[in-house]
Amino acid sequence: MNLSHHSADLHIHSCLSPCGELEMSPLRIAERAKDVGLDLIAICDHNSAENAEAVLEACSKRNLSVIAGMEITTSEEIHIVGLFPDVSAALAVQEVVYENLPGKNDEDVFGIQVVANGDDEVEGFNSRLLIGATALSLQEVIDLIHKKGGLAIAAHIDRASFSLISQLGFIPEGLELDGVEVASTADYGDFVDQGTKQWAVLTSSDAHRLEEIGSKRTTIYAAEPTFNEVGLALRGAEGRRVEIERV
Amino acid sequence: MTLEELVKLLKLEVISGGDQLDREIAAGYVSDLLSDVMGNAPEGAVWVTLQTHENVVAVAILRSLAAVLLIGGRRLQPDVAKKAEEEKVVFLSTERSAFEVVGRMHDAGIRGDAE
Repeated sequence: MNLSHHSADLHIHSCLSPCGELEMSPLRIAERAKDVGLDLIAICDHNSAENAEAVLEACSKRNLSVIAGMEITTSEEIHIVGLFPDVSAALAVQEVVYENLPGKNDEDVFGIQVVANGDDEVEGFNSRLLIGATALSLQEVIDLIHKKGGLAIAAHIDRASFSLISQLGFIPEGLELDGVEVASTADYGDFVDQGTKQWAVLTSSDAHRLEEIGSKRTTIYAAEPTFNEVGLALRGAEGRRVEIERV
Repeated sequence: MTLEELVKLLKLEVISGGDQLDREIAAGYVSDLLSDVMGNAPEGAVWVTLQTHENVVAVAILRSLAAVLLIGGRRLQPDVAKKAEEEKVVFLSTERSAFEVVGRMHDAGIRGDAE
């Protein structure tokens, strides 16, 4: 098996996220990701995967690998990034998330939520309160992601809000995470010391604007830039690994 | 004021630690960020929160809190309640909001610091 380095940014929002800029359209995300030398991205909107298919389409023409993902807000207000083997798995999870996501979006307060197609045309607007918290607990969200074959990564655990550490103080024993994401690579060593050693540590841009794409990235040392190989790399299987890139 | 007196005064439901209610209340604290409670809650405080994750039990032990008071009618999952009972952590519950219950606790003489 030939293993090589694949530069990945596994947490990127699109214009579907209320806080995501309108410029975060499928084609422009694909162009920017390609321009900054990424081999693999994951599209992770808040509590929705409705733009995943469009980003996949936009990237397929550019030889760029994409994972369909979602940044799910648990009832404890913890952000968990789910990465999925395909769009249908992401949409199956989205169905359960929607059933447990109360409220309507207020565009004036939170921003518009644009559903686009692979040619950057507007297909519609999502009216749900995507920025809100689901009624699903941390454990339920992780179980839901795993049930559909996905990977569960605790998002920006070193942030003071919406993180596993801020909300619950520490990572609960026995939690079946597949990885933890740090927002700041400067002092992520502290988090490794605090008991995250049992999980792969990665960093991602959490981009809401085009220029942020690839600003933080993780090398996937694996056979190819695919969902399956990311899973193997997170588990350190057969020489594979993930490494934070110092940009 | 003891926990037992507080339970009677505010008509609280006792979820766990019913044999620990003779403990004196040293202070009150309200927060839903466990990271904040771990750093700032005074020893012997009654902690008012809506969080019900199992980590709440560990944080209550870490800060030697007198009790955890869940608001808005929240209850514990059975496995968490069992752990709380085993660890002798008192969990109380009220239908009231945090604002209402904290106001009543303050009226009853409970303060934010343990002095």
